[in-house]
Amino acid sequence: MSQQSQQEDLTASARGESGATAQPAAGIEPTVEAKGLSLGQIVRKRFFGHSGALAGLVVFAAIFILAFSAEGWGPFPGWWKYKFDQVTPLVNFGQPTWSFAPFSFGDHPFGQDRIGRDLFAMTMRGAQQSITIMIIIGVVAGIIGVVVGALSGYFRGWVETILMRITDIIIIIPVLLLAAVMSQTAGRRDSGTWFAQFAASNGVVVLGIFLGFVAWVSLARLVRGEFLSLREREFVDAARISGASNMRIIFKHILPNAVGVVIVNGTLLMSSAILLETALSYLGVGVKAPDTSLGLLISQNQEAFSTRPWLFWWPGLFIVLICLSINFIGDGLRDAFDPRQRKFNAKKAKSRGVHGSSVAAAPVAAGAGAGPVRASGADVAGGQSEDRETTLGVGGTVNPARGVVPDPEAHGGAPDSERKAP
Amino acid sequence: MVTYVVRRLITAALILLGASFLVYNLTALSGDPLADLRASNAPNAAQLMQARSQLLDLSTPAPIRYFKWLGGAAGCVVGNCNLGMNLVGQPVTQALGQALVQTITLVTGATVLAILIGVALGIVTALRQYSALDYGVTFMAFLFFSLPIFWVAVLLKEFGAIDFNNFLADPTIPLPVSLGIGIVLGIIAAVVSSGALRRRAINGAIVFAFVTLVCIVASITRWFSTPGLGLGVILIVGVGLAFGITVLAAGLQNRRALYAGLTTVLIGAIAYFPVQPLLDEATGLMIFILAVVTVLVGVAVGWFWGGYDRGQGMRVGGITAFLVGALVVLDRFMQAWPGYYNNRSIRGRPIATIGGSTPNLQGDFWQHGLDSFTHLILPTIALVLISLASYTRYTRSSMLEVMNTDYIRTARAKGASERSVVMRHAFRNALIPISTVVALDIGQLIGGAVITETVFSVPGMGYMFLQGISHVDPNPVMGVFACVAITALAFNLIADLVYSALDPRVRVK
Repeated sequence: MSQQSQQEDLTASARGESGATAQPAAGIEPTVEAKGLSLGQIVRKRFFGHSGALAGLVVFAAIFILAFSAEGWGPFPGWWKYKFDQVTPLVNFGQPTWSFAPFSFGDHPFGQDRIGRDLFAMTMRGAQQSITIMIIIGVVAGIIGVVVGALSGYFRGWVETILMRITDIIIIIPVLLLAAVMSQTAGRRDSGTWFAQFAASNGVVVLGIFLGFVAWVSLARLVRGEFLSLREREFVDAARISGASNMRIIFKHILPNAVGVVIVNGTLLMSSAILLETALSYLGVGVKAPDTSLGLLISQNQEAFSTRPWLFWWPGLFIVLICLSINFIGDGLRDAFDPRQRKFNAKKAKSRGVHGSSVAAAPVAAGAGAGPVRASGADVAGGQSEDRETTLGVGGTVNPARGVVPDPEAHGGAPDSERKAP
Repeated sequence: MVTYVVRRLITAALILLGASFLVYNLTALSGDPLADLRASNAPNAAQLMQARSQLLDLSTPAPIRYFKWLGGAAGCVVGNCNLGMNLVGQPVTQALGQALVQTITLVTGATVLAILIGVALGIVTALRQYSALDYGVTFMAFLFFSLPIFWVAVLLKEFGAIDFNNFLADPTIPLPVSLGIGIVLGIIAAVVSSGALRRRAINGAIVFAFVTLVCIVASITRWFSTPGLGLGVILIVGVGLAFGITVLAAGLQNRRALYAGLTTVLIGAIAYFPVQPLLDEATGLMIFILAVVTVLVGVAVGWFWGGYDRGQGMRVGGITAFLVGALVVLDRFMQAWPGYYNNRSIRGRPIATIGGSTPNLQGDFWQHGLDSFTHLILPTIALVLISLASYTRYTRSSMLEVMNTDYIRTARAKGASERSVVMRHAFRNALIPISTVVALDIGQLIGGAVITETVFSVPGMGYMFLQGISHVDPNPVMGVFACVAITALAFNLIADLVYSALDPRVRVK
């Protein structure tokens, strides 16, 4: 991957020298990469040149710090004066005390609910819970997805058959419905076992882990597709000839090359995880009272929209902000790891055609023939894959309320275009 | 090919068995089906518990109950369906039938709209990559992608139903609001349109003037109380449509295609008055037959105009005829609006926030049509908003991919017009991967939109499933799951076959 992308950037820089018309894509810095940069450095450079991703990162970091510092986490106390379950006398009928002129936060900047709990504290606690669940889902689903995808893509044969059939079984069950059963199971408090005790004190962690168990399938398929093509590359043969074990080849040689797919889709998985959690809490099968989460806050307060609209606006705003910033980060990562998407511009293609045809040909080559759907399909695997099932349901990230939401560009590097590249 | 299909079907059956076993046991083990009775202090709680245990066969362990269920479900193949009972003793097959109708009426319109709008937006943004429009749409796509649907739904209920109903009670638009709407739309038009600054400004100004004028006229004539298009508007819009469709489907240099479109519009306008008495007696079947006749007339007009490319003329005629016919029907719906609005069951709040239809509504075909429209509009908007994003992004990337290919360069090089390159060479090929996505989406369609159904209280499939889960009632859960899984698997296979048919480079083995 690094080879190819460097090459493309060389073409890009050559283009930049040859004509004033060939500005690089807006929002992406003109990365003129000198020799000797590692893949990580190239990716970092591209990522930090992507203004949308940078903005997403800043917003997310701000929310993260705000949420975790305001209410405190674990043994650490927070700096905000109210706790999320503390009932205080109603100030000004619970309306937000935040004013712009003169600027002051007041006692309850986001307002209070009907019985006088501080909404800022509740929103911060909710954001904390949602972010915690999101990260746990990302980690659990990421690990399972990578291991399953790597093993089935590398070993093929019966290992692949069994693992992929299990994936098929889980992917056929609608995620929201499976998650509802899972969280119902995670929420059982009826027996006095160690699990019930643990779940009672760490409900959010248990919920996250259980949801992680069902969210890994799309990632596993993508990783498998990536492994199917990477395992045929020369460096794997080289490693094998020099006596590396299978595990070493998988984790030391192939996985670092597939890291783009993993990171990009892991990020997108997280953004859908946060919507999944809020949706489940909204439906009453996720985080349960007396604890709180953003979805639960909306569910509890939707009836009061006409009388106390602020109870509804703030939690929703935080869900959208968190999810949006994660999506932008994911978009930036995708551009950083997979530069295929930013090469073509109809206008430039035409104007370049007038100036000089030699450069115009350059961007066409790599992207050809790697349709987003086929990216992990039969065409890609060439003679290796025996069926086309992989193409199906590879829609992309699985999203709670919408079933499978394909984000085509999420498919990371297209294996066959890479194999074609010299 | 046949072996491939058979192999896929066998695999699918095995997957189905494994998944259903898993779902049944997870549901059964997820809680206590008698919990609500245990908590109740009704005097006959013990009998009720007894009865429910009997009904659900709770004395048998869950894995064995699954095989009993499987036995009943296997009867469906030979026409003797038994999917068990739910908690209140209603057969699941019956409940499924009702839920299926609700879900399909809810989701079909939303899916079709989302696909049409999403694909169109995706194409336009791909053709004008890195323009203000592209950035705007991309940002909107990300935003919609990040919106929790329950939040959108509550907002829609507040602003789309309650506030709009208040507006309908007194449908006058104050002048500042008219100006505001005009300014916003004018700015959007200026940003979206292409070309130099001057041209954009002119476009924006035209849109601003037009929209403001329309708002003022609508307010003065109280258009929202007695809406209608009238022959004049149908004629003007029809001519516009004829030009637009000709530009897209044939190119304006094909004069005969344009004349075919215009003739169709003329025929539609002439038929407007004669067809009204017929429409008063309308039924669903009649509308369908009329639609077919309309399209045939349009195609015939195209054929008679002939020209060097008859097919194009026929296409333009047919599409124009269909759209003009749709305008006439829309006009008839609008004529029925005052009657619907003053209907006693409506009580002056036409846009509904819950349910799928007004119970016991007395009215003709048009009023019932309006009734489902007012009930479906909000959930449809919510569903379109959240599913729009993925179609837009998908089409955009697919179109960009195609625009990169060699055959597009060849087409340009041989001097094909931009319309021909985009519509004929690029668009059709860009649709190939999208067809897979669409097939998969349709497969999941009957799973329903759980959250949307919950928020808008539509008793569809998702709602049924959720009820089953929360009451630890495996039979309805299994019923819904079986339907969803079978259609999903079937459409997976169809998507594969369609893909290999559309793109011969991909062969199924």
